[in-house]
Amino acid sequence: MRNFARLFAELDASTATLAKVDALKRYFANAASADAAWAVYFLAGGKPRQVVPTALLRALACRVAGIGEWLFEESYQAVGDLAETIAHVLPPPRRHSEVGLAEWVEERLLPLRGAAPLDQAERIAAYWDELDTAGRFLLTKLIGGGFRVGVSKLLVQRALAEGAGLDAKLVAQRMMGYTDATLMPTAARYDALVSHEPSSSGGESSGQPYPFFLAHPIEAPLAEFDAQLGPPVDWLVEWKYDGIRAQVVRRAGQVWIWSRGEELVTERFPEIEASARSLPDGCVLDGEIVVWKDDRPAPFNLLQQRIGRKTLNKRVLADAPVAFIAYDLLEAGGVDLRELPQSQRRQRLEELLRERPQIHLSPREVRDSWRELATLRDESRTRGVEGFMLKHRDAKYGTGRRKQGDLAGGTWWKWKIDPLSVDAVLVYAQAGHGRRASVYTDYTFAVWSRTPRDAAEAAAVVDAIANREPPVPDALQLVAFAKAYSGLSDEEFREVDRVIRKTTLEKFGPVRSVKPTLVFELGFEGINRSTRHKSGIAVRFPRMLRIRGDKPLHEADTLQTLEALLGGDAAADD
Amino acid sequence: MLRPEGLYCPPGDFYIDPWRPVDRAVITHAHADHARVGHAHYLAAAAGEGVLRARLGAEIDLQLLPYGEAIDHHGVRLSLHPAGHVLGSAQVRLEHRGEVWVASGDYFVSGADADARAANPTCAPFEPVRCHCFITESTFGLPIYRWQPQRELFAEIDTWWRANAEAGRASLLMGYSFGKAQRILAGVDPSIGPIVVHGAVETLNRAYRAAGVALPDTQLAVDVTDKALLRRALVVAPPSVHGSAWTRRFGEHSDAFASGWMQLRGARRRRAVDRGFVLSDHADWPGLQRAIAATGAQRVIVTHGYEAVMVRWLAEQGLQASAFQTEYGDEQEGAAEAQPEATPGAIAR
Repeated sequence: MRNFARLFAELDASTATLAKVDALKRYFANAASADAAWAVYFLAGGKPRQVVPTALLRALACRVAGIGEWLFEESYQAVGDLAETIAHVLPPPRRHSEVGLAEWVEERLLPLRGAAPLDQAERIAAYWDELDTAGRFLLTKLIGGGFRVGVSKLLVQRALAEGAGLDAKLVAQRMMGYTDATLMPTAARYDALVSHEPSSSGGESSGQPYPFFLAHPIEAPLAEFDAQLGPPVDWLVEWKYDGIRAQVVRRAGQVWIWSRGEELVTERFPEIEASARSLPDGCVLDGEIVVWKDDRPAPFNLLQQRIGRKTLNKRVLADAPVAFIAYDLLEAGGVDLRELPQSQRRQRLEELLRERPQIHLSPREVRDSWRELATLRDESRTRGVEGFMLKHRDAKYGTGRRKQGDLAGGTWWKWKIDPLSVDAVLVYAQAGHGRRASVYTDYTFAVWSRTPRDAAEAAAVVDAIANREPPVPDALQLVAFAKAYSGLSDEEFREVDRVIRKTTLEKFGPVRSVKPTLVFELGFEGINRSTRHKSGIAVRFPRMLRIRGDKPLHEADTLQTLEALLGGDAAADD
Repeated sequence: MLRPEGLYCPPGDFYIDPWRPVDRAVITHAHADHARVGHAHYLAAAAGEGVLRARLGAEIDLQLLPYGEAIDHHGVRLSLHPAGHVLGSAQVRLEHRGEVWVASGDYFVSGADADARAANPTCAPFEPVRCHCFITESTFGLPIYRWQPQRELFAEIDTWWRANAEAGRASLLMGYSFGKAQRILAGVDPSIGPIVVHGAVETLNRAYRAAGVALPDTQLAVDVTDKALLRRALVVAPPSVHGSAWTRRFGEHSDAFASGWMQLRGARRRRAVDRGFVLSDHADWPGLQRAIAATGAQRVIVTHGYEAVMVRWLAEQGLQASAFQTEYGDEQEGAAEAQPEATPGAIAR
């Protein structure tokens, strides 16, 4: 635990890739397999489920530190991270232990779940007392369910591969599914990751998927497509779906469905499992899970609602039927096809699915010029998609987010449509977490309930807010409709932070209401009606595109602007 | 009492660390937010003469008072006592008609180090002074701030420097040039390699050495021509050099920042340096509590930092507590930036 806590601190402190890989290699070289097994699990994104409620941790920390709830809260506001606050307020440890990570997790943390709260508190207080600040921080993250680490899976794979003298791609493949919550990390599983023996786990006998190949946004303007990409005939052009990326693995008479987060989701999508049973053994498809209604993809929030359901009853299945849209064939007849050119994989995929209409084949769009494709792309919203995917006909299937070759090389490009946007007014702010602790970076935005007659009418509303007068029903108001916390540079955030501190009206716990002065252009991917939001509207992926310093407050957009977008975005009705 | 110019003593007709020009100013220490230019007459601790003149100019009208010696002024008995913050830093003890007040300025008491002299060998350690009313700072007035034993901290700095020296890259350690830099110099193991400093640091080093503080040998970065020497060196410089052309002479190097704010991950990450060492010249939370208790004061006035938190905490402990809004805390090269206006109500704005 001590060593893993030190590794975690090193990874957290460093921004240099090389230093991170070195720290990882040092750790793995000295760790027992059983400990390393858990370390890989956590580093690769495996999340321990929350064992102990946050409220219990807070109360316990207050008790042990001998401070009141209010003082803990003040401290938390300065730190911006619960586990870190706890690690700092506790008195220095009185004992010292050398218990390894595996024993910590298996003998101590996992048994905590389900224990009586008093018993939990007593044990945790004893654990805190034998760890230093770094160890307490890590432990509290692990039991509080908020564990995250500043290292990519690719780096972990690279460190393991370099340490063991193996190819990183091989380690990557062996690691697929490693973090699946139903499997326990063991010394044997770790040893298999770094073994020099040919792996049995990546073969046909199990449901292991392949590492997903991820796409990059294309930045070039349309005019440069010909120069940079070459003619469209060299490219496989497909619609980009807004669903869940997944692999369907058909082996040994069974079906496995893996999400991009390497979670086994087979049971959540019985329709897809059933249709995948028509596939021959030794076959892996890459594609997208979407809700499919009226012969077209439905908005993502329907899929999201379905994922949120604990049980899939008939009504859910009827309301949100899913389909798998296949766009790549990674294995056929038990043979790995990833080294074949895209065009050949596509041809074999088409052949495979010709007799199997229950699995959708991602349609291919063929036009003579990029300009014609761009015109077609303008139909994206009405088709319920996000734009195009561009894949070179000669490209292999790569690993992760790594780019292959130059622009026209093997990289997959996403050519997305521009986001919808409105100009909105900042009304609430909250401090961020981690690097943004103590800086106001999370904002709530509002639009006008109708167009203000003039600047004076808008100013009167702002004054009423500043004087804390309750809003007058049916009169002009600012209506909050979205939260956003990304899209600005650090410098812009600092500037906005300054304005927020100067214009704060009231504090509600960590949230400040501010006198409305700032207008932002907000971008979002989709817009839907919602009964759960006060404004009656929910937007998808809202983010700040820029600060509209040039825009007076009364010229910010209105609810009617949003309504109009709702109409234009045909994917809206639900 | 508080006036727009600063803390004012009515019977004695003088100010303590005023932030606007006044006739008579008692200066607790020479940091820029406490010792400002433009006052007609200055009074300060004798140990701080060199650093004060180095920062405010040699020509200021300065009266010196050795620690512990008292003078009488308009019926007020005034004496200065070590605060342990930087060289020459003092608490001001005022006695008038049997009532004793102590204004502590900035002070350093670390909860983990019982031996204050060992924790900071560059100046006289904080000396508790019994009083009725104690005016305390609260820069790190939250229970999350606890300094580790200084021996452990310097072992970490030495390990970092040694690893860099072995890898052939310079170790750039940034900290305020007055106080922090000298503590770093006095604390590290000079046998690891050469020590190179920025000009702003060396100016203060001279004043410290003149006052009899032992510091290891240092050389100015501009004087070093041997590149191989730089690759093994510890470089001590003010935070303002971060990312500047001045650092280019060191080539590939590891950088670190020494400050109490480095206690928090968020602050470390905002700084964007390889390492953050938690080294402060201010009292940590247990240090503040210990210092306040040692004065025996029943009344405590809290200034610059987490005033509201400290006032509420002290009231819960049964003391009569209140706050003064001062204009201290803009200390030197960017303390405020390290914690961008984040201390609620820290600075009177």
